[in-house]
Amino acid sequence: MSRRAELDGPVTDALVATRRFFTRGEVSPDLRVLQKKGGRQADDFYRGRWAHDKVVRSTHGVNCTGSCSWKVYVKDGIITWEAQETDYPSVGPDRPEYEPRGCPRGAAFSWYTYSPTRVRYPYVRGVLLEMYREARARTGDPVAAWAEIVSDPERARRYKAARGRGGLVRATWDEAVEMIAAAHVHTIKEFGPDRIAGFSPIPAMSMVSHASGARFVSLLGGAMLSFYDWYADLPVASPQVFGDQTDVPESGDWWDAGYLVMWGSNLPVTRTPDAHWMTEARYRGQKVVAVSPDYADNVKFADEWLAPRPGTDGALAMAMGHVVLKEFFVDRRVPSFTGYVKRYSDLPFLVRVEDGRPGKFLTAADLPGAEAEAENAAFKTVVLDAATRRPVVPNGSLGFRFGDSGVGRWNLDLGDVDPLLTLADDAEDAVEIELPRFDADGVLRRGVPVRKVGGHVVTTVYDLMLAQYGVRRDGLPGTWPSGYDDASQPYTPAWQEALTGVPARAAARIGREFAANAEETGGRSMIIMGAGVNHWFHADTVYRAFLALTTLTGCQGVNGGGWAHYVGQEKCRPVTGWTQLASALDWSRPARLMIQTAYWYLHTDQFRYDPFGAGAFAGATARGTLAGRTTADLIALSARLGWMPSYPTFDRNPLDLADEAEASGREVADHVVTELKAGRLRFACQDPDAPENFPRVLSVWRANPLGSSAKGDEYFLKHLLGTGSSLRAAEAPPHARPKDVVWRDEAPVGKLDLLLTLDFRMTSTTIYSDIVLPAATWYEKHDLSTTDMHPFIHAFNPAIAPPWQTRTDWDAFQSIAAAFSRLAETHLGVRKDVVAAPLLHDTPDELATPHGRVRDWAAGECEPIPGVTMPKLVVVERDYPALAARMGTLGPLAERLGGATKGVTFDFGRAVEYLKRKNGTIDGRPSLVRDVHACEAILALSGTTNGSLAVQGFRTLEKRTGIPLADLAAGREDEQITFTDTQAGPVPVITSPEWSGMETGGRRYSPFTVNVERLKPWHTLTGRQHFFLDHDWMAELGEQLPTFRPPLDMHALFGEPRLGEHGDLGVAVRYLTPHSKWSIHSEYQDNLLMLSLSRGGPTIWISDADAARIDVADNDWIEAVNRNGVVVARAVVSHRIPEGTVFMHHAQDRLIDVPLSETRTGGRRGGVHNSLTRLLIKPSHLIGGYAQLSFAFNYLGPTGNQRDEVTVIRRRSQQVTY
Amino acid sequence: MRVMAQMAMVMNLDKCIGCHTCSVTCKQAWTNRAGVEYVWFNNVETRPGEGYPRRYEDQDRWRGGWTLNRRGRLTLKGGGRLRKLLTIFANPKLPGIGDYYEPWTYDYETLTDAPLQEHSPVARPHSLLSGREMKVSWSANWDDDLGGSPGLGDRDVVLGRVSEKVSLEFQKTFMFYLPRICEHCLNPSCAASCPSGAIYKRSEDGIVLVDQDRCRGWRMCVTGCPYKKVYFNHRTGKAEKCTFCFPRVEVGIPTVCSETCVGRLRYIGLVLYDADKVLEAAATPNDTDLYEAQRRVFLDPNDPSVAAAAERAGIPRDWVEAAQRSPVYALINRYEVALPLHPEYRTMPMVWYIPPLSPVVDAVRDTGHDAEDHGNLFAAVDALRIPIGYLAELFTAGDPAPVDRVLRRLAAMRSYMRDLNVGREPDEAIPSSVGMTGESMYDMYRLLALAKYEERY
Repeated sequence: MSRRAELDGPVTDALVATRRFFTRGEVSPDLRVLQKKGGRQADDFYRGRWAHDKVVRSTHGVNCTGSCSWKVYVKDGIITWEAQETDYPSVGPDRPEYEPRGCPRGAAFSWYTYSPTRVRYPYVRGVLLEMYREARARTGDPVAAWAEIVSDPERARRYKAARGRGGLVRATWDEAVEMIAAAHVHTIKEFGPDRIAGFSPIPAMSMVSHASGARFVSLLGGAMLSFYDWYADLPVASPQVFGDQTDVPESGDWWDAGYLVMWGSNLPVTRTPDAHWMTEARYRGQKVVAVSPDYADNVKFADEWLAPRPGTDGALAMAMGHVVLKEFFVDRRVPSFTGYVKRYSDLPFLVRVEDGRPGKFLTAADLPGAEAEAENAAFKTVVLDAATRRPVVPNGSLGFRFGDSGVGRWNLDLGDVDPLLTLADDAEDAVEIELPRFDADGVLRRGVPVRKVGGHVVTTVYDLMLAQYGVRRDGLPGTWPSGYDDASQPYTPAWQEALTGVPARAAARIGREFAANAEETGGRSMIIMGAGVNHWFHADTVYRAFLALTTLTGCQGVNGGGWAHYVGQEKCRPVTGWTQLASALDWSRPARLMIQTAYWYLHTDQFRYDPFGAGAFAGATARGTLAGRTTADLIALSARLGWMPSYPTFDRNPLDLADEAEASGREVADHVVTELKAGRLRFACQDPDAPENFPRVLSVWRANPLGSSAKGDEYFLKHLLGTGSSLRAAEAPPHARPKDVVWRDEAPVGKLDLLLTLDFRMTSTTIYSDIVLPAATWYEKHDLSTTDMHPFIHAFNPAIAPPWQTRTDWDAFQSIAAAFSRLAETHLGVRKDVVAAPLLHDTPDELATPHGRVRDWAAGECEPIPGVTMPKLVVVERDYPALAARMGTLGPLAERLGGATKGVTFDFGRAVEYLKRKNGTIDGRPSLVRDVHACEAILALSGTTNGSLAVQGFRTLEKRTGIPLADLAAGREDEQITFTDTQAGPVPVITSPEWSGMETGGRRYSPFTVNVERLKPWHTLTGRQHFFLDHDWMAELGEQLPTFRPPLDMHALFGEPRLGEHGDLGVAVRYLTPHSKWSIHSEYQDNLLMLSLSRGGPTIWISDADAARIDVADNDWIEAVNRNGVVVARAVVSHRIPEGTVFMHHAQDRLIDVPLSETRTGGRRGGVHNSLTRLLIKPSHLIGGYAQLSFAFNYLGPTGNQRDEVTVIRRRSQQVTY
Repeated sequence: MRVMAQMAMVMNLDKCIGCHTCSVTCKQAWTNRAGVEYVWFNNVETRPGEGYPRRYEDQDRWRGGWTLNRRGRLTLKGGGRLRKLLTIFANPKLPGIGDYYEPWTYDYETLTDAPLQEHSPVARPHSLLSGREMKVSWSANWDDDLGGSPGLGDRDVVLGRVSEKVSLEFQKTFMFYLPRICEHCLNPSCAASCPSGAIYKRSEDGIVLVDQDRCRGWRMCVTGCPYKKVYFNHRTGKAEKCTFCFPRVEVGIPTVCSETCVGRLRYIGLVLYDADKVLEAAATPNDTDLYEAQRRVFLDPNDPSVAAAAERAGIPRDWVEAAQRSPVYALINRYEVALPLHPEYRTMPMVWYIPPLSPVVDAVRDTGHDAEDHGNLFAAVDALRIPIGYLAELFTAGDPAPVDRVLRRLAAMRSYMRDLNVGREPDEAIPSSVGMTGESMYDMYRLLALAKYEERY
């Protein structure tokens, strides 16, 4: 029942009928104060102001985890204001509720509707439009006209150089859409569909809007760019440790925690509607600790504040881990902890010790006898049984996940086996091993107990962990800390103090309290972690040090415990249905899904500015396999081995490639392999600066990369767009240039032919776009919203029809598709397309690389075998003239092949029949013409919203695991959530195998509860949570185990000034770009309400000490400069900022009160926060084809980290010009 | 006894996340129109900070509120009626627009309309008052999160009054948020200042309103209000102020700021009080006794004689019941955790606050205080970062004892609940150490922590 129907608080009870008292009489009962009765004529102004005609449920669509349901008020057909809905289903009598959800930014949204920044009509850059009209009139053919312009270097240069310089003029929808279609058709014909890309992030908060363009791009064979990794929000530690993209507790589960650490996550600012769960849980006796380098908004709520120096969080976490291991595992063995790690982690698994270093997991293939011959033996890891001291191959490892012999055995049931955690008690020997360290030169030499198994010297992961953390045990060789106060040895509390500034006693005490609480409460200790720690280059190591704490103490998979990663993780709960629509899997498979970080690293030529090799990231015990290669070389390697996707894939049009194969009479795969081996065909990423390998068309909707996510913004402006930039960096010297990747002397500028943006407001991206289409806002369309912060799904609804010439994304892309298909009739027809697909996670592809041993066919180390040592090669038919029709109907592959999420395949037979009746049919297929149809399709094709699919998926999983699961959804098997349901109010989702936790019986969602309670394996090599990673490259990087890696040294890598150095352009400081209180990414930072509540334009926060050093007063104009570019902003001086660090809250567009920089720094428009950052790729993020280290879209890929940067900052002339 | 009913609010500052949603939803609903661009009926201040308008608490300058004259009688601090008439055309005690902020907008349209030019188009700020280009140098919330803190020690009126040394340095940083609306005072000095009789207090629920027909724009109310919560609409020439959302409240919906408070920290409720005692209480000689004096004005709605008197006064039975279930009354008088804002202004404000806890200062923690005392993990109240003296200057005219008592109750509640949370036997010594029973402490916990919609309003 909705809240409005049951207003029954004491006040409301009393006041519902107060007007009965409002008479005209006046009384003035004492002399002091005039008292009169209400209901007066004079009050009519306010009554009139409050009056409204209707209230419509909607929400805000992208890039915010809130998924808050809102009431949009409408009066006289005009949207007036909004307020939060309060009708979330109750979470029970003993907890707070989810009402109200919302924040000031959402509350300011309606300002956009009629604001002067609203995009009301289609716009095209005048220079381009004139050329197009002229060529179109002359040739009579849109495609020929487009081809002529972009092929003519002079004309192309002219319109590209005009990007971002104003001069947009109005066009009609028909004309704009025709140009867009012509650009697509020409690109496909000339260069291939994989030269087209689409970017729109994070579908969860408006799935249909996201799917609109994604479906169009996927149908034509373009590449959809990833976002989670690109944003650096993907915690790579999650795939590494859990084999899961990210799965986190809903905010209501914070309530269950007994101990809560907020670590690099500023809840009041970044999880505004959820923060109350934390403030309220304190009253329940929860202890709260804030770890933050500044006195952030959340620190106010903490019992204690730890302020490590920026980027040193990993050191603090390692020291806490040291304390936990020493006090709760070695000095005293806590049964619940050891029981947990034996069953749910890789700690008892055996690892071979080779050459005095940790080597590979011992697998069944290494054992004597029949085990070695078993199916997938190289993927079955081994423990020692405590009772028999014999090696045992327990169920649940990857080897049981695929293949016939694993049916019914992929589970964590240990039976009678009691895995031995340590070999210390009956070691045959002890050997000293070398472990890399990164806080100083040299290596750590520490001993582990070993035995021989199957001729191999082995130890356990647990024993390696104690060595790594420096927890001394008697009888083991090596150099160990003498105690907590030994600052010379990693990873003691005293050691971390020197790095972090956090007192050793505090570090030890918080670590101890965290574990003690977990012991007492059965694992209800939680770490909320976010962008403050996750956006660093080595964030995966920081996170692994955190996850070590939560796993060691048995907190993962427990309500109120474990990790709670909150940045960009927004959960698209009906993921299977959304995937089906967005990737157009109902018509063609696979879709091209690209890792965006690598895409732009190459295509904006940032790779040309790396003056160091990939070996710079290697650990001290590396064997040198990365040395002498650049990051670009590794990207090329990763692409050709099929680890990571790479689009454009080949230096040839993939449509032509299919034709060539057909002409040659060979199978496509044969043909491609032959051509590759002969050197006649090459991967495009090996020569990204060759014109045939440029990305040509980019469509952006629901996004503003150039104002928000584009790390290396100035590189984008220069190389991708070909317009003015403030880039100051020098290219790599000859000795540091790539070996495999071609270096062209002249770096191209203006690679992209068409930048198309659909938006409702002007952004840094629209001003640089060639064509801007006017989009409907979130209050003007139908859509669906979910998040991981709460377990509900709810609706967007139009409060008004799209005004002016705006259209919904769903409508706009159908318009584009219609124009495209018309032109395709004559220019494209039906073609065959060769799609190169990477080795995928949650499929048997994970078995491609036994033991994570890297073999490169191009180096002759193996044969190129598609799907094993190189990408899979799939031929997809592209019926271009039919594309528009396909957009608008659900295709036959839906029921023929079903849908798969995380390795569970769903049969859509019944759901498709239902959709035919629900949506109606076109040519016999369910209609997707209207956005509401798309909503219904998403709801029907996902287990979280269609109970029968959830049960069906669990039954499938039951066969593989041999454990009962279907009961988790059985109670809601008959339930099909409809769009109408979501319009009426937020609806709780259904427990489904698409996720790892359960809402069954109304409990709060916590990840991995299914794994812990039902013994379902994690999707990893061992089937357990991993402390140890044995891939070759992890060893090279020195990151087999949790470790501490300091922030990148930008002085050593790029020659930037050392921190604190004072030069001509200012003082060098660490440059951090946290999320803002006044915006959701770039949205709202231009909103007048938010600007009035803050400083009215771009700012940089600086400490009082640093400000004094450069003579800056509050609100002075300052410039921040480094090799990547320039930022002009005003200073906010405050003592709550730590010395040596400045904050520029991210995504302050260059549109609001941004002056020109001073002449000596280029004299161009001051930049956005990303004008000072750039992309840096960590080699380990390129690993693929091996167990949990296998690609899936937004699951694994290099992150667009941006926290390690430094800048010099100075007071500039206060006479600014614009 | 003359029983009257008052709509009142309590805000739990210990839960306020400083998000300003209340400010935005209020502004969008009520004041996003010409003439009141600079007006925020609801605003949120970071403390320490100057506030909005700047240094509004400096009554030496603004002369707001009441004071006691030499004979101990209550008088407007800004002077009596005669004095007001003499200065009616040139009131020097009004904050200027610079003390609020000069509202502005941007030439956003240039982002779309700009002709082809050398640099990317940019929207520049223009004053909404003069239309001229401007450099933004103050806003509705300029010092949010301690922005511009150097020199703050001199600019925060309250900080200047705190006797203990407060140093504004990184290691000792503290801050909290103070959301403010009109106090709908029992003894409103704005009303008393109005030469036109346009400001009145609704006799049925105590909401203070400006009669838009009678207001003549003298702005004496702006001076008279020590909280500076009456504003001048420069377009209509009339005073405007927070209406306690009476068009909503009258039909049973909470105020906009309350319902949209995502920190769930606002409580609305009816309080019964004895109108005959207001003047006497407001004239209490010592500032530090005003908090208790105001509490004594409130009537116990569960007292049968009060209920009877209320009935005689024409207050209907359901209103009395509402007063009995009032969360505001419970927080002020039953649990005694809510305190008035600046009682020394003697206006008898009716928006009260629960003061915030804060992290312990490391230096204190590491010298003596055992955080694990009683196994409760919580540190002693006197080691908290926010100086009690600062809170006392806000809520109890400088008397630290009531603030200390409230903080101890909150800390005790957390300790008591922790035992229950982790499955230990509850320790009844904890509630009794702060003058409560286990049951009342648990009830208080439910009201503060669960804070269900039905129980907040």
